[in-house]
Amino acid sequence: MTRSAHLRARSEAEAAALPPLMARAEHLAGTVLLGEHGRRRSGMGDDFWQYRPVMAGDALRDIDWRRSGKSDAQFVRQREWQIAQSVMIWADDAASMRFASNDDLPEKSDRARLLALAVAILLNRAGERVGLTGHTLPPRRGGAQIARLAEALTQDGDEEYGTPDLRGLLPHGRALFLSDFMGEIDGVSAALTKAADRGVQGVLLHILDPAEEAFPYRGRTIFESVGGTFSHETLKASDLRTRYLDRLAARKDELQTLCLATGWQYGLHHTSDSAQSALLWLYRAFDGGRA
Amino acid sequence: MLGPVAFTAPWLLLALAALPILWILLRAVPPAPIRRRFPGVALLLGLKDDDTVTDRTPWWLLLLRMLAVAAVIVGLAGPVLNPRAQGEQAQTGPLLIVLDASWASARDWPAQSALLDDMLAEAGRNARPVAILRLTDPQPAAFRAAENWRSRLSGLVPQAWPATPAMMERALAALPEGDFETRWMSDGLARETRAALLAELETRGPVTVYESPAPILALAPAEIEDNAVRLTAQRARTGAARDITVEAHGRDPQGLPRLLATLPLRFDTDATTATGDLSLPAELRARLTRFEITGQNTAGAVTLTDDSLKRREVALIAGRENREGLELLSPLHYLEQALIPSANLLDGALMDVLPANPDVIVLADVATLSTAEQDALLDWMDQGGLLLRFAGARLAASDVSRSDESPLLPVRLRAGGRTVGGAMSWGEPKTLAPFDDGSPFAGLPVPDDVTVSAQVMAQPDPTLADRVIAQLTDGTPLVTRKRVGAGQVVLFHVTANAEWSTLPLSGLFVQMLERLAVSSAVALPDMAELQGTTWQPTQVLDGFGKLRDAETLPGIAGERLITDALGPDLQPGLYDGPDRRFALNVMRAETTLAPATWPARVPVRGLARAPETPLGGWLLALSMLLLMGDIIASLALSGRLWPARAAALILAALILPVPDTAQAQQDIDKELAAASEVVLAHVLTGDPRLDDTARAGLSGLSETLFFRTSVEPAAPIGVDLETDNLAFYPLLYWPVTPDQPIPSHEAYARLNAYLRTGGMILFDTRDANVAGFGASSPNGQMLQRLARPLDIPPLEPIPEDHVLTRTFYLLQDFPGRHSGRPVWVEAAPPDAEQVEGMPFRNLNDNVTPVVIGGNDWAAAWAMDDRGNALFPVGRGYAGERQREMAFRFGVNLVMHVLTGNYKSDQVHVPALLDRLGQ
Repeated sequence: MTRSAHLRARSEAEAAALPPLMARAEHLAGTVLLGEHGRRRSGMGDDFWQYRPVMAGDALRDIDWRRSGKSDAQFVRQREWQIAQSVMIWADDAASMRFASNDDLPEKSDRARLLALAVAILLNRAGERVGLTGHTLPPRRGGAQIARLAEALTQDGDEEYGTPDLRGLLPHGRALFLSDFMGEIDGVSAALTKAADRGVQGVLLHILDPAEEAFPYRGRTIFESVGGTFSHETLKASDLRTRYLDRLAARKDELQTLCLATGWQYGLHHTSDSAQSALLWLYRAFDGGRA
Repeated sequence: MLGPVAFTAPWLLLALAALPILWILLRAVPPAPIRRRFPGVALLLGLKDDDTVTDRTPWWLLLLRMLAVAAVIVGLAGPVLNPRAQGEQAQTGPLLIVLDASWASARDWPAQSALLDDMLAEAGRNARPVAILRLTDPQPAAFRAAENWRSRLSGLVPQAWPATPAMMERALAALPEGDFETRWMSDGLARETRAALLAELETRGPVTVYESPAPILALAPAEIEDNAVRLTAQRARTGAARDITVEAHGRDPQGLPRLLATLPLRFDTDATTATGDLSLPAELRARLTRFEITGQNTAGAVTLTDDSLKRREVALIAGRENREGLELLSPLHYLEQALIPSANLLDGALMDVLPANPDVIVLADVATLSTAEQDALLDWMDQGGLLLRFAGARLAASDVSRSDESPLLPVRLRAGGRTVGGAMSWGEPKTLAPFDDGSPFAGLPVPDDVTVSAQVMAQPDPTLADRVIAQLTDGTPLVTRKRVGAGQVVLFHVTANAEWSTLPLSGLFVQMLERLAVSSAVALPDMAELQGTTWQPTQVLDGFGKLRDAETLPGIAGERLITDALGPDLQPGLYDGPDRRFALNVMRAETTLAPATWPARVPVRGLARAPETPLGGWLLALSMLLLMGDIIASLALSGRLWPARAAALILAALILPVPDTAQAQQDIDKELAAASEVVLAHVLTGDPRLDDTARAGLSGLSETLFFRTSVEPAAPIGVDLETDNLAFYPLLYWPVTPDQPIPSHEAYARLNAYLRTGGMILFDTRDANVAGFGASSPNGQMLQRLARPLDIPPLEPIPEDHVLTRTFYLLQDFPGRHSGRPVWVEAAPPDAEQVEGMPFRNLNDNVTPVVIGGNDWAAAWAMDDRGNALFPVGRGYAGERQREMAFRFGVNLVMHVLTGNYKSDQVHVPALLDRLGQ
C-alpha cells in the first residue's frame, strides 16, 4: 500500500498543476453510463431534478415517502439524467517497461504509471470515470477509485512485451494506452482497429528511454530483454546502431499511420523529459486541443 | 651475462619460448562480451554483424600482453645490473677489511664508506662473517655478522695521523685466527711498514687493495720568507699540471672566522711540489689561523699557524735622543739591528705608542716615568705586555727603585752600580755564567768573549733569586725578570749599546731577545728550548681537517712535539706552551709524500664500484603497469570504457590524497555557532564529569536567561584553551580542579588578550563548603597557579554597591551550591568616594575581568533537558531559595558582562531626566 500511496502522492502533485480536465464527450447518446454532464431532463443521475406524482407503472420503492408525507398524493423523486465520459487506461506493465538506462532516469513503467494516474486524477476531478482495461478496474468516480487505480497500477506483469488489453473497453468511450510498443506491432494494430470499430477513440503515448532512442553501445555485446527471454549477440554493437534506429523509426511510423487510420492521437515521450510536459500534452489531447 | 646484466635464474628465460604459443592462444580468444539489458532487443532480432574483424584481439593489445608476460618472465629470472665478477667474490669464508683510515683517506671517505657498505651488504647476502681492522686504531679484529658492522659504520672515521710502526705491529697481533679473504682500503700513501702486514695477510688468503687513483695533496707548514708567507703544497704522484687554490683563513677584527686571502698554486707537469708566496700586511698576517687547500677536506691539506707567523711590534724608547751622528753609541742601535728582520719597530713617545698596543716596549736607560705613564704601562703589562728595560747611566744615577721596589722594575737597585775591569778599577771584566735550567735562556751557548764591565746592582732581597734569569760568573744578576699581571718586566742590568758590555755585539744578544719572545724570527722552537716544558693542546685536528676542542687531552712534554710521530696521544693541533703557542701540523717541513706501491701480485682496484642492482622488481612493476594498460585497453575495446568512467578513474588516481578538512570544518562550525548567537562558554578541564557539570550548569543558566530576560543564549560551548578562539565568548566559566593541566604560554597570551578586550572569566574553586578563601585548599592553590600568568588587576570582595548587585536583580549575596564565601572582583579605584545623596559610589567603568569564588555555581545552575535540577541545593524551601539566588547571580553576572557600565550609569538617570526636563 505504501508503494501505491507514494505513487498517488506524486501523481497528485503532478495533477495539481493543471486545471480540471473535462474530457470531451463526443458520443453522449451512445453511452449509458451516468456522469455529471446534466441533460436537463429527468433520468438516471445523482442530482435532484423534480418530484412528479406517481403514475401507474412506478415501482413502489421509487416513491419518495418524505415528500409524499407532506401531502396526500404520492410523489416520485426524479433525478437529472447525467452522463459521464468513461476513460479506460492501459498502462503497459510488461517486463520491457521496467528499464532505465541510467540510475538518474526513472523506469519506463514508472513514468507510464505516473502519467496514467495523473491523467486519472485530472479526469476524476473533472467528473469523468476512469478505469483500467482488462476487467481489473471498471470505470468509476471518486477518490476511492484513485486509490484503487494506484493500487492496481503498481502490479507488475509477467509477459516480456505488452499487448493492449481491450477487455472491458466500453464502446464509444475513450482510452489511453501507455507503452513502449516494442513488442509485435500486430497486437497493437489489432487492438486499435478493434477499438476503432467499437467507436473508442483515444491517445497512444509512446514512452521510450533515451538509450533506446540513441543506442550508445559499442563493442561485443549480448543484448537481453529485461525478462531474459530474448537475446541477441553482436560483436560490434556500434555497427548495429543505424539499422536499429531505422527499425525504431519504422516502428514509430507504423504507430503513427495506425493512429491516423483509427483517429487516435500519437504522442512520444522520453523518460529523460519531464513528466509535466507529457501530462500537458495528454491534457490537450483529451481536451480536444487538436480540434 | 648480457653486457652489464646477469641473471640469477637464467633457465627461467626458456619460458620466453612459450610466448608465440601464447600469442596464438590469445589471438584466438576474442574479448568477452558484455551482457546488457535492453528492451529494444526485439528490434535487433535478426540483424547480422557486417564484419567479423573484431572477434580477434587486435595486434597492439596482443603486443601489450606479450610484453607484460615477457616482463614477468625476465623479472622472475632475476636480472642483476652490474653483477659482481666471479673472481671478485669469493663466495664463502670470512672477510677481513683493513682500513688505513689515516688523514689521507679522509678525502675519499664517503666513497670508501659507500664501498664498505656495499661490501658488507654483499657479505651479508652471502652470510660471510666480517672483521674490520683500522690500522690507525688497531683493535683485536673479531669476525661478526656483516649487519652488525653496518650498524656501526657511521662510527668509523679516519684519524688525523697515519699508522705508526707501533700501530702496524699491534695490527699484526690483532689479526684474527684462520684463513680469510682480505680487502685493504689504502689511503694511497707510501709506508714501508705495510710490507710485513701484507705478507702476513697473503699467507691467510687472497688480498685485494682498493685505492683511489687521484693523488693525495698536502700542505707543508707555512714559512716566512722575505716578508711573505711561503706556502708549499705537495702531491703524492706526479702527473699533469694541476692548479690548486690555498685559502688563508683567519679572524676579522671582530674575531669572526673569515677567509682572508687565497693563493693559487700550480703543480707543473711531473712536479710533486708547488710553491707560492702570499704577501700579506703584518696586521693581517697576525690574524691568520690556518691555510688549507680548497676542496681537499683532509688534515694533511690544512696547516695551522702559530706565533711564528706573527711579527711582533716593538716600541723602542730611549732616555736620551740628543746625539746625532754617533749611531754606534745610540742606546737603541743594536736593538734596532737585532729586531728589524723579525719585528715591526714603533718610534715615538711612550704615551703615543701605547694605544697601538705593541707586544714589547723597550725602555733603554729610562729612569723616571710620570705617574700617568707608569699607570698606563702597568695596565698594558697587566694585559700581557712585555716591558724590556736596559740600564744605563741615568738609571744608575737615579733613585728609582732604591728604597722600595718600583712596579716597573723587577728588583731594587743599589745606588751607583759598579764598574769592573775598567782603567780605574780592579779586576777583570766579568763574563757570563751558564744559564740555569729554569731560565728562559737555558741551553743557549755562552760565548767566552762576552764581557761586562759595568752594571747596575740588585739589592739582595728574598725574591731576588727567583727573578734572576741570567747572571755573571761572580753571581751578580745580569738579567732579572718579574711577572706583572699577564705580562712581565725584564731588566738587563747593562746598557743596550756596547758601552757597559759586549753583550749587544754578540749573537747571544739576539738569541736572548728571541727567547724572551721579543723577536720571533725562528719559526720553530728548537729542541733545547722545548726540553722540560709541558704543552697543553687547546684545539686538535680531526682526519677531515676540522678543528675541534681538545677537551680533556693531557699535556705533552715539549720535546715530543718535535720528535714523536703523530698518534692518538699526540694529535695535530694547537698547543699552548709557557709563553707561546705551537702549531703541530700533520705535514712537517721535512715530510714528503710518496704514492703507495703494491707488489704486482696484489690486485689494486678503484673505489668506484657500480652497485649491484637487482632489476627484477622493476620489471615486475613494469609488467603490472602494462597489465593496467591492458585493462584500460580491453575496456575501451569492449565498449565498457565510457569517458565518464575513464575520467573518474584518472581523477581518483589524481585526488587520492584528499586533505582531511573535517577537523577544520568542525572548528569553523563551532566558531560560526559561537559568533552568530550569544554563547556562554566553559573551559574544558579534561575531567569529563566536571565538564559535563559545567555544561549542564551553563545550559541551565542559559535557559533561565532565555526565560526571564532578553538575553537569549544558544547552547553553551566547551572551550579548549589551547586551540579555540576565545573572542566569541562574553563569559568563560572556569571550574578549578587540582589536577587540570596548566595552559601553555600561547594559551595564556590569548587569555590575556581576551581579558584585555573585555572578556570575563568566572573562576570557581567549588570548595566553599570545606575551605575559606585563600591558598589553603588544593583547589585554591591550583587557582593561584592557573591565574599567576594572567593579567589580573587588584581584587576585593564584592562591595555592597558593586554594579553586580543590581544589574538585573538586587542581590547582596551570591550563593551557588555552597554559600558564604566572599566573591572577589576587580577592586574599585582608590579615589572612589560616595557622593552625598547618591546611593552608590561612582565606580570603575569597565567590566571586572575576573570573578573569583568557590560556591560551585555550575552545580546549582545545572539542569537536564527537561529542566530538572541535577544537583540538590540545601534542604527544602531554603534550598530552593538558594538555587533561585544562584540563578539570580548568574543572570546579574551575564547582564554585567553584556551591558558593562550601563547599569552603573543608571544611577544618574534621575539627574539626567531632571536636566532634560528643564
